[in-house]
Amino acid sequence: MEAIQELEGHTDRVWSVAWNPVASSSNRSVLASCGGDKTVRIWEGDCSDSSSSSSSWNCKAVIDSFKRTVRSCHWSPDGKLLATACFDGIGAVWEDVGGDYECVATLEGHENEMKSIAWSASGTLLATCGRDKSVWIWEMEAENDFQTVSVLNGHSQDVKTVLFHPTEDILVSSSYDNSIKVWAPDPNGDDWSCVQTLAEPNQGHSSTVWSVAFDADGKRMVSCSDDLLLVVWDTSTNPLESSWLSFIILLPLIFKFCLFRKHLCTLSGYHERTIYSVHWSRRSGLIASAAGDDAIRVFAEANDPSYTSRAVFSMVGKQQKAHSTDVNCVRWHPKDDDILASAGDDGLVKLWRILS
Amino acid sequence: MALQNANPVIHERKATRRQRPSIGDESAAEEIDALEVFDILFLGLDRIWPRDIRDPEHPYSLEQLNVLAEEGIEVDDKQSYVRVTFTPTVQHCSMATLIGLCIRVKLMHSLPPRFKVDIRVAPGSHSTAAAVNKQLNDKERVVAAMENPYLAQTVRDCLAPPEEYE
Repeated sequence: MEAIQELEGHTDRVWSVAWNPVASSSNRSVLASCGGDKTVRIWEGDCSDSSSSSSSWNCKAVIDSFKRTVRSCHWSPDGKLLATACFDGIGAVWEDVGGDYECVATLEGHENEMKSIAWSASGTLLATCGRDKSVWIWEMEAENDFQTVSVLNGHSQDVKTVLFHPTEDILVSSSYDNSIKVWAPDPNGDDWSCVQTLAEPNQGHSSTVWSVAFDADGKRMVSCSDDLLLVVWDTSTNPLESSWLSFIILLPLIFKFCLFRKHLCTLSGYHERTIYSVHWSRRSGLIASAAGDDAIRVFAEANDPSYTSRAVFSMVGKQQKAHSTDVNCVRWHPKDDDILASAGDDGLVKLWRILS
Repeated sequence: MALQNANPVIHERKATRRQRPSIGDESAAEEIDALEVFDILFLGLDRIWPRDIRDPEHPYSLEQLNVLAEEGIEVDDKQSYVRVTFTPTVQHCSMATLIGLCIRVKLMHSLPPRFKVDIRVAPGSHSTAAAVNKQLNDKERVVAAMENPYLAQTVRDCLAPPEEYE
């Protein structure tokens, strides 16, 4: 992989980056970043431009009204809204109004630091989580008005990440309690509850699970942890594809979704320090990871993906010293297979092109 | 707040330090070793203000209370790695997290950014050692804690020079 851009501007570590899924096309991309300097920066540029001297990239907006570290940011599926999670415990939704980003909604309720915020595939739900161990689900009732749908308690420790399934209304959370929890709406639809916990007994993680990512259609999920492992899970909802579901064939009649996820593959021996972030490319199927050993790694599947009861992945790329310090986040470009964005403790956002 | 360890055992400070070129000279690619880290935590060097980390409950330094000793510091300069192992004064000491935080902040300010630092309580020395260690080594938790102004001030107080230097 080669570095194609370095975006300077943040004055403290950058925690997360997010590509606008709609605005990013072949010659113009929009990227949001957030960090310890209490700002969100919106960058715009051309990914095919790899010259740093006359770079097309510029920071087109800065949101600096936050009171504490902005830990994560996530664009809505239609690309019109940006949701942010801040250590002051408040979630916010921002809209580009003539070049300036205005706050159109706030989500208050968490008792302390909010760590992650995520949109559902439909764009009508938001999920948040934080150090108070809870996961909240919010629904957009009217234009820019979000109401609490559920406050979900189940994790025994700080919740690091929440993420919705790419197509279904299923939510996944990962925590300092070493587990991943799967949440779904109750059959009567009024509330959500935990339908499965993936922990050490299921071949899960033995330390904090920092993040999770789904593949393009949500049939598989990868998780990353302080235990230095990446774990790939089968999360397919089609009962016929999951090999051990015959005995619960009755349950899909009661529950809308198949709820049982299982371990597929563990990637060990690659990372030297905590893996903070993982992302699965919707287009190329490659998995990228960001770790505290300053490296970005890329993994590819080595077997036939239709053989669903097993998965074999191998590392196909590694960028040592991707940043001069910890790499906190990696995100694949939504349209361009080869482009990856990363965020580091060095205060930089970097763009990379994967070379074949 | 009642003191948890009202009668600590005081150990003698090491009287001698070996001579070495002063760090802080940016042009020299200095190698960091255990003694250097020990000094950062205890005495500093000429160009850095002499600082001690003090046990939050007592005016004595952590060295004098045998909480932190040179043997507890492991440094691999080539790998840019440091591990500090400390022994809290009592088994259930709730100050363990604070002491560990002080060590982390002090090293963050004193070591080149290339260093990865792990901090832990000595195995068997604390009733919830694993829980304390996990918190001390969770970067996000440390950053969030240090954004708390009261905690940040407490850490600053612990890292402030003892009265004799003023």
